[in-house]
Amino acid sequence: MITVIAQVDTAGLRALLEILTLQGGHNTTVVMLGAALLGLAGGLVGAFALLRKRSLGVDALSHATLPGLALAFLLAHWLGVAPNSALLLAGAAATGLLAMWCVELVHRHTRLSEDTAIGMSLSVFFGAGIVLLSIIQASGGAQGGLKSFVYGQAASMLPNEVGITGAIALLAIIAALAFHKELALVAFDEAFARVGGWRVSLLDGVLLALITMVTVAGLRSVGAILVVAMLIIPAAAARFWTDRVARVLVLSGAMGAVSAYVGVAVSALAPRAPTGPLIVLSAGAVFLVSMALAPRRGVISSALRRMRVRMQVAQDHALRRLLHAESKDLHFRCPRCLFSMLRVRGLVRLENGSPVLTTAGAARATRIERNHRLWTQYLISQAEIAPSHVDWSVDQVEHVLSPELIAELESELAAASPAPGAA
Amino acid sequence: MSQALQVFLAVDCMPLLAVTFALLACGLIGNFLVLRRQSMLGDAVSHAVLPGLVIAFIITQSRAAMPMFLGAAIAGAVVALLAELVRKLGRVEPGAALGSMFTIAFATGVFLLERATVGTSGATRQVDLDADCVLYGQPETLLWFDAPQTLASVFSMSALRTMPHQVGVLFCVLAVIVALVIVFFKELRLISFDPALATAQGFRAGTAHLVIVALVAACAVAAFEAVGSILVIAALIAPAATARLCTDNLARQLIWSTLIAINCAVVGYVAGVTLPGVLWGGAAVSVAGAITLALGVAFAGAVVVSPSHGVCARALARRRMRARIAIEDLLALLYRTEETGRTQLPLAEANKTLGAHRCALALQRATSASQVARHNGAIGLTPQGRREAAAIIRRHRLWESYLVEKAGVAADHTHAPAELLEHVRDAGQRPIAPDRGPDRDPQGKVIPSE
Amino acid sequence: MNTSHQHAGSRSALAGRPEHSSESPLSIHAMTVAYGKKPVLWDVDYDAPRGALIAIVGPNGAGKSTLIKACLGLLPRAAGVVEFWGRPYKQVRKRIAYMPQRESVDWDFPVSALDVVAMGRYSRIGWCRPVSRPHKDVALACLDRVGLGDVAHRQIGRLSGGQQQRVFLARSLAQEADLYFMDEPFAGVDAATERAIIELLRELRSQGKTVICVHHDLATASTYFDHALLLNMRVVAAGPVREVLTAQQIARTYGGRLTLLTEAAEAVAAQP
Repeated sequence: MITVIAQVDTAGLRALLEILTLQGGHNTTVVMLGAALLGLAGGLVGAFALLRKRSLGVDALSHATLPGLALAFLLAHWLGVAPNSALLLAGAAATGLLAMWCVELVHRHTRLSEDTAIGMSLSVFFGAGIVLLSIIQASGGAQGGLKSFVYGQAASMLPNEVGITGAIALLAIIAALAFHKELALVAFDEAFARVGGWRVSLLDGVLLALITMVTVAGLRSVGAILVVAMLIIPAAAARFWTDRVARVLVLSGAMGAVSAYVGVAVSALAPRAPTGPLIVLSAGAVFLVSMALAPRRGVISSALRRMRVRMQVAQDHALRRLLHAESKDLHFRCPRCLFSMLRVRGLVRLENGSPVLTTAGAARATRIERNHRLWTQYLISQAEIAPSHVDWSVDQVEHVLSPELIAELESELAAASPAPGAA
Repeated sequence: MSQALQVFLAVDCMPLLAVTFALLACGLIGNFLVLRRQSMLGDAVSHAVLPGLVIAFIITQSRAAMPMFLGAAIAGAVVALLAELVRKLGRVEPGAALGSMFTIAFATGVFLLERATVGTSGATRQVDLDADCVLYGQPETLLWFDAPQTLASVFSMSALRTMPHQVGVLFCVLAVIVALVIVFFKELRLISFDPALATAQGFRAGTAHLVIVALVAACAVAAFEAVGSILVIAALIAPAATARLCTDNLARQLIWSTLIAINCAVVGYVAGVTLPGVLWGGAAVSVAGAITLALGVAFAGAVVVSPSHGVCARALARRRMRARIAIEDLLALLYRTEETGRTQLPLAEANKTLGAHRCALALQRATSASQVARHNGAIGLTPQGRREAAAIIRRHRLWESYLVEKAGVAADHTHAPAELLEHVRDAGQRPIAPDRGPDRDPQGKVIPSE
Repeated sequence: MNTSHQHAGSRSALAGRPEHSSESPLSIHAMTVAYGKKPVLWDVDYDAPRGALIAIVGPNGAGKSTLIKACLGLLPRAAGVVEFWGRPYKQVRKRIAYMPQRESVDWDFPVSALDVVAMGRYSRIGWCRPVSRPHKDVALACLDRVGLGDVAHRQIGRLSGGQQQRVFLARSLAQEADLYFMDEPFAGVDAATERAIIELLRELRSQGKTVICVHHDLATASTYFDHALLLNMRVVAAGPVREVLTAQQIARTYGGRLTLLTEAAEAVAAQP
């Protein structure tokens, strides 16, 4: 392990930097730009697949390209022509789509759930691919050429291969951008789209075509097994950062492009190593960083938010206790820390060693008391509509409930009993 | 002892046992994945096995069975749990969470493997641990080098000890799974059907989920050499999915799935080894792939010809139903004609009302059942047909009465529902006494007596 | 299969109805709808009056949403014809707005309130064209009408239930239709939002539009709506609320001997 890391550390780093700045030779540069284009396409199309909840179907499609590749190879062999990449990719697309069709058939005509259909289709098609590969191998065919389609081998790509995959990726990008409005509409609200006259089946067909294009284009550099990651990971990572479709698209495309670019660059250091895992690992790093660090949806920030809310609730609770001149039952492990925090905020001062509300503290405590009553009343009178996703902190009352509703709750409260905080 | 038997023991016996055990173990536990709609969990776990294997190998620098098994099982379970965490904490769609986690895990595995190969002077290559092996599986390599010379000595301790250890591991996993499924059958059924109820009754559905994930991981690890990690997915899903199309009873489904697993293992193995030679004189193809195809064929067969849920059976039943409805419509039409005083209906008129195709179909069946008689260009009811027709008309008019009297449907809106309902024999048999008098429908027409 | 006079009878009954004319924004003739093979709506006939607030009322599982969805072609009809102003749906699509149930979409979807309302304009914008300024302005105005102008750019998941419902309402307003189908517009909203919504619906009526709502609250149905369609697998009664929402009709809709009909539906479904 250590030798591995050391190897990358010294000479490797400088070489990597060179490659990253496009000084790694003409061929490497072309391959990297092609990969970036592919990553961009994968990110864009993957975002739609994610929004339409079709991520796992892609897995079946990408695995099912293997028999198509092998069949195309055998066909070329039988016809006596050299297996060129256009033929191979066409074969891959054909069996990939066939697998998706099987998923659809099984899902529609049997009682089995969609993921079962996906798993069946994925494994049986891949099994067929393995059988075909072993036939090619036994007949002495150069299976090595096909193997690069399983794990991806960007370094050995020829310029014309880069050209073909780049063109497919570019086409997918243009189509995804052209149809982004419609695809987002169908993903959000299918019934509404249908009523509005949009052909949902046609749009799903467009999405499937885009997915197929990206998958096929990615076979040579990412490989059949991992190309699905190019469609899932950047989109899922981008979703952490933003709440807008347009920004998800931009971010996801950018993340896909960067991870493909970096992955290929790293793999250029070891030209015989498969590229796919490196691209996926760089995308995975982006994903993990996004999941950890993203504001609002990120794991750290939501943990912090939860902690802050808990702290706030404890402080508010302490203030209410003080308002009622009680200082027991604080529901907090360290009452002293709690009071020192309140002192820092100027809400509490110490009198003869025991905490007392300041004027500001009293005002806040009164407000808290009133809001607390409002919440309670709200939960009692509107229980069936109380949304579960709201932070139940007393400060939120004005943000969450409309002024009319607050007025109504207050009148209900006043009718029930004269509330001290209602003024 | 014959030469053939000796060859079988040395070459084919172990792979055959290995794939059979693997398919049985995966197939059994797969039933619960399919029922719980978690088929893709098998996909994720079987991919995630790779990094576990490689890390165990890097740490121990050996290919000892136990550390590898543990490493892989832990990795599988960790990835399944990570996906769950990503889904919950990151609010990522379940499919995407699973997809991102297992691709990252698999990529890590392939990456570490390459590095490890470079770093340790190709040691992994020598011990035949590469991504291909994990992905495709190579049961063919499970040769029994010290195969016993006589049939009797096969079951001796010394012979069993020389068996490839993978077969032993698979057997142990299979035994554990069979034991668990038998002992906890009731609980597993409850948990698969209604996790909430199970939890409320004190069976920890969450714990059970963990156990199932761990078992799937164990299967995937034990089986990866026999069928390869991607093909483990087929072994997990296909027997259960196929069995699910053959029966509605969980116990029977389990039995079906084991039968399918054994059959596919044997047929797939034999076909993979012998068919290429027979068909095009080629060498044996990948056995793991062949078994997967056998599973696929079994599944496709069930989809098409399963007696209860197959496409054919349902299409046939639909056709029979259509024919029955056509006959009943024809008989009802003739009965109503007789009510107007005519005993015969011109064929052209029947064609017009029923549609030429349906009419021809109904007429052919009804005449051969001697319910309808033809008299040059016109048709009429036979006494037997009249009895049958009276029953249909009775159902129709009783339903009309019911719809008006009890269900509050307007009198001019009863015909179409009654048309549908008159063909339902059991529900329509219920006596519905109309309030208006025992023998008239809302339009005042006579309801034939039984 | 059919005595001809019987069919003619039901046709003439239809023709004899006073409301039935090509002016009716929605006329349903002999519509039967089935889920798979299980019939959920039997032979529904209905003509909606113009410029009215109409409630479709009935118990759970009565087929209220199904009726709307089948009219709009979201569910296949086993039989029957649905016409809008005497023409098929495809020709008048732009004059019809639809508001699905709030639960039907994923509110975590990465769009803002304004984006959702702008979707109401997509049919007018057409394929592959971006949402231009004027359309955005219409969407904003619609959001203002439902009182959500200040949260236009907030992600929809961060709105309260009532606000989400109002976003959907604004989206159907943005369709600028003449006929509105709303599936449970008052489900899960607070009293204030409910009043705001009904005010808007009355405003639509005063502009001569027709609004058809699935409504499950009997208590408010007669105050909110002009017309009601009592539904429980079949039409029990239809007409002005005062005539329709009587104790007797409601009992026939909600109680009554429906078990046999439900059983029969199951039996029809169980046929191969």
